[in-house]
Amino acid sequence: MPFNWFKLSSPASFYPVAGTLIPWFAWGAAILAAIGLWLGFGVAPTDFQQGEVYRIIFIHVPSAWLSMFLYVVMAFWGVLALGFGTRLSGMMAQAIAPTGALMTFIALWTGALWGRPTWGTYWAWDARMTSELILLFLYLGIIALRQAIGDPRRADRACAVLSIVGVVNIPIIYFSVKWWNTLHQGASVKLTGSSMETTMLAGMLVMSFAFWFYSIAVVLARLRAIVLERERDAAWVGALPDVRGNAGVLR
Amino acid sequence: MNATAPSTATILASVPADGALAGVRWALARDLKLAVRSRAELGVQLLFYVIVVTLFPLATTPERNLLSTMGPGVLWVAALLASLLSLPRLFATDHADGTLEQIALSPYALEALVSGKIAAHWLTTGLPVVLLAPMLGLQYYMDGESLTVLAAGLLIGTPILSLLGAIGAALTLGLKGGGGLLALLILPLYVPVLIFGAGAVDAVRAGLGATANLSLLGAGLALAVVGAPFAAAAAVRIALD
Amino acid sequence: MNHWHFIIGAYGVTLVVFVVEILAVRARRRDAAHTAAASAAPAGARPASSAEGAR
Repeated sequence: MPFNWFKLSSPASFYPVAGTLIPWFAWGAAILAAIGLWLGFGVAPTDFQQGEVYRIIFIHVPSAWLSMFLYVVMAFWGVLALGFGTRLSGMMAQAIAPTGALMTFIALWTGALWGRPTWGTYWAWDARMTSELILLFLYLGIIALRQAIGDPRRADRACAVLSIVGVVNIPIIYFSVKWWNTLHQGASVKLTGSSMETTMLAGMLVMSFAFWFYSIAVVLARLRAIVLERERDAAWVGALPDVRGNAGVLR
Repeated sequence: MNATAPSTATILASVPADGALAGVRWALARDLKLAVRSRAELGVQLLFYVIVVTLFPLATTPERNLLSTMGPGVLWVAALLASLLSLPRLFATDHADGTLEQIALSPYALEALVSGKIAAHWLTTGLPVVLLAPMLGLQYYMDGESLTVLAAGLLIGTPILSLLGAIGAALTLGLKGGGGLLALLILPLYVPVLIFGAGAVDAVRAGLGATANLSLLGAGLALAVVGAPFAAAAAVRIALD
Repeated sequence: MNHWHFIIGAYGVTLVVFVVEILAVRARRRDAAHTAAASAAPAGARPASSAEGAR
């Protein structure tokens, strides 16, 4: 019997599903992170040129990948929100933005701490880091727009348009920054001195999955909070055990 | 009602839906007429551009070489800021008295009307900057070739600023914190225009020729002309709902 | 060339960011549940303004 995915597209139906999924992804993230860190610190060898400091890439690269991936996913939910008008699509996009912004911050922070001992400066205006900084601005713009618009439906659709415009522009922005950087012969950032060892690559890949699972867990958790906020007058919300238990307790 | 002599409603009621170009022309003519009536406001925006451009040497140095290196960048950044300053006007005045809603209900396609408004915006804010910048470039000891490439880049680039800016202006219609929010939303999108526009002048000064940069700007303009009116119209509908 | 303080700074701040994010989301959910309870309590179980299956 084919599963009717559309049944899941109401906040009421998806809320408990999200609740069931969260622990799986949370534990998955923890286990993957343990494996990844073991690979990164216990197995991967010391780099010939950079010593131990290169091990920062085991968070720098995964967070950078996630920051871009999450933006695309957020834009995808934006397309659904505009196309189908489902509340849950808008809520998903709303839930993703903060996590995406934090991933971008982590990428920038770890990049700076990697750059200082390796190339002498915290910030080098290279193409990837500059594009990452602009990506942070794009995320903050979406969050700011969401906060500025009172009506949740208008906010859903406005943020959807903005994230779609953003997603189209990100390759253009990256290309232009790369152009600017190579023309001015900015710092050429190489990940490691030699081509990457297999164990390093493996560690990065596993950590990327760990970050991905973590993001899913946190986004679903935030989604549940958003659902409660936006659907608080619905009867099904009032019947929830953790809501019913608090009924009459005014904060 | 803002300054339209026969009311907008009567004009819109009597017009046949003649296809997209008619809508563009109608909005363009209307917005130009309105702009002419508030000439002072346009003058103020140009003055802002001049003042900003004058500030940078005062803050850094009157030294010739440094100024001629900085010049293209400063003139471009100031153009971006001047664009931001004038963008809220694009939809806000019409929105404030309800005219925008009537325009959206007219038989003309909203995309066409928005295009006409954007064209009027560029003619009244972008084009003056294109004409003014070469003169200000002389303050930065820029030579004739640099000034030509600067003007060419601004000519191609300022319409892109108006097109992208319209999307931001529509998204932030009626919101508090308008100007700052608009800047946060639009400036990241402006970055490629800035890079290729200022980069064109730098390339010419380095002896590399500006063709690549200007072609990329042209491609960007083509993309913006095709895409931005749809995004802006969608944003207007979202704001009006 | 060890530079362990950079490694600790990178991993440490990342960990802090994740912990703060998780705590913030949990607090947000608690607040949302409280507010939902407060709006449900006075009038009893109010009829749904948005039906359960509605999207």
